[in-house]
Amino acid sequence: MNGSEFSWSEFFHMGGYAVFVWSSYGLALGIVLVNIVSPLIERKRVVKRVKRAIARDRHASQANNS
Amino acid sequence: MIKKIWAWIQRFSSPKHFYAISGKLIPWFAVPAFLLGIYGLYMGLFVAPTDYQQGESYRIIFIHVPAAWMSMFIYIVMAISAAIGLIWQIKLADMIAAASAPIGAWFTFLALVTGSLWGKPMWGAYWVWDARLTSELILLFLYFGYMALQSSIEDQRTADKASGLLVIVGVVNIPIIHYSVEWWNTLHQGATVAKFDKPSMHIDMLIPLLVMALAAKLFYAAIVLMRARNEVLYRERNRQWVRDLVKKL
Amino acid sequence: MLKAFSHLLARDLRLAFRSRHELANPLIFFVLVVSLFPLAVAPSAELLQVMAPGVIWVSALLSVLLSLDRLFKQDYEDGSLDQLMLSPNPLVILVLAKVCAHWLLTGLPLVLVAPLLGMFLYVPDEAIGVLMLSLLLGTPVLSLVGAIGVSLTVAVNRGGVLLSLIVLPLYIPVLIFGANAVDVASDGLSVRGQLLFLGAVLALALSLAPLATAVALRITASR
Repeated sequence: MNGSEFSWSEFFHMGGYAVFVWSSYGLALGIVLVNIVSPLIERKRVVKRVKRAIARDRHASQANNS
Repeated sequence: MIKKIWAWIQRFSSPKHFYAISGKLIPWFAVPAFLLGIYGLYMGLFVAPTDYQQGESYRIIFIHVPAAWMSMFIYIVMAISAAIGLIWQIKLADMIAAASAPIGAWFTFLALVTGSLWGKPMWGAYWVWDARLTSELILLFLYFGYMALQSSIEDQRTADKASGLLVIVGVVNIPIIHYSVEWWNTLHQGATVAKFDKPSMHIDMLIPLLVMALAAKLFYAAIVLMRARNEVLYRERNRQWVRDLVKKL
Repeated sequence: MLKAFSHLLARDLRLAFRSRHELANPLIFFVLVVSLFPLAVAPSAELLQVMAPGVIWVSALLSVLLSLDRLFKQDYEDGSLDQLMLSPNPLVILVLAKVCAHWLLTGLPLVLVAPLLGMFLYVPDEAIGVLMLSLLLGTPVLSLVGAIGVSLTVAVNRGGVLLSLIVLPLYIPVLIFGANAVDVASDGLSVRGQLLFLGAVLALALSLAPLATAVALRITASR
């Protein structure tokens, strides 16, 4: 890729090693995404759980008061 | 002076304080990680010259080597925070250790798979019992052991301390394991030539490598904070401040 | 302190000899696993001779692993572990006594039966001594490091698989050097380096593992 003309098809071809190079980069991208998404999902789950606990406690205290 | 620092540490390491500060810190890690990642990819895929021996396949190095570095780095971070958690009873340190483990395991997995994808064109086989790959495999087992122990003890404090001790034992063992694997590998030197470490690297190859490694470190910092915040919310779920905070969400 | 050590050691040995079946089990397991290999591969002398060091060492690892439960589990369940931790003697010494007893009951028999297995797998006569010596240096490490793992998982129900997941990776250096010593000795070469390494690992494990075990017990076994 040091020639003056840049060709995308040559770039994607990776000198015949396309399968190995692109699956490595693809896997890396996938793992990065999983690592970003999983704490976000986890956060939603935790928040939901805490909200449920709050509701439960409020319910219990109301039952006690009445 | 020391008293002051100690008081500051205590204050900062209180879960509530940590939650507030880390929320502000995450973008400061995430954005540079993203920018450096893009820059590193550009440098690695477009600017770095073709390797005269390995052709284009060597470009896997920009993923493989940072991932391998991270796998070691995160394990050491875990050991240090576990030690802090055990010695000074700082819960936050235990949470950092627990939050790091899955990230470290992912990086180890990535290093293993990219190593084997690199190995196929170089060695003609997806798996060769090369010293570095073997060490990574053992490291993956160490991560799995930590996570298995952490999740199988019910009481959170006990789980933290027990798995923390395990990670410290592991970090004492890593040099011994590494040395014995290296030694074992030189004995059975067959198809494996030291393909991974080259005596001198072209500067245009070295720069993207270091940029990617830095991006990976910043990425880890952002993700570990996100995970630790979840841990804080979950573990402190019966505290008033968490409840006030969650109500607003 | 020495008294506490010898007292506990004697108690463990006495208890073990009371249930002799259990005592023999790891040993039988060891012999059984090793004798599976000729059946699985082929009874050819050249093939078995090449595999022998690895097969014997892996079987020794597994056999010690399966016997580790004996180290603290029963004491934990019947409450005598609590007694130990309350005793005025340093816990490290008591841990060391228990590990010693464990090694005398499982590691040492493996060392003694090794020549027989060497014969099964056609290990040359000149390597039998090295085989025994490498097991003599290596199996105490397995007991010592295993003790850390058991103490971490003592309160976990059905912790067997978990224990192996934790402990086996830590056994790798001993496996590599132990098996290699036998392998090299079969070729009639010097194995000084390998044995020195095993000795160094033993010294390290002897000084650090009881400490880690004591800390682990304080974490997991206190109720």
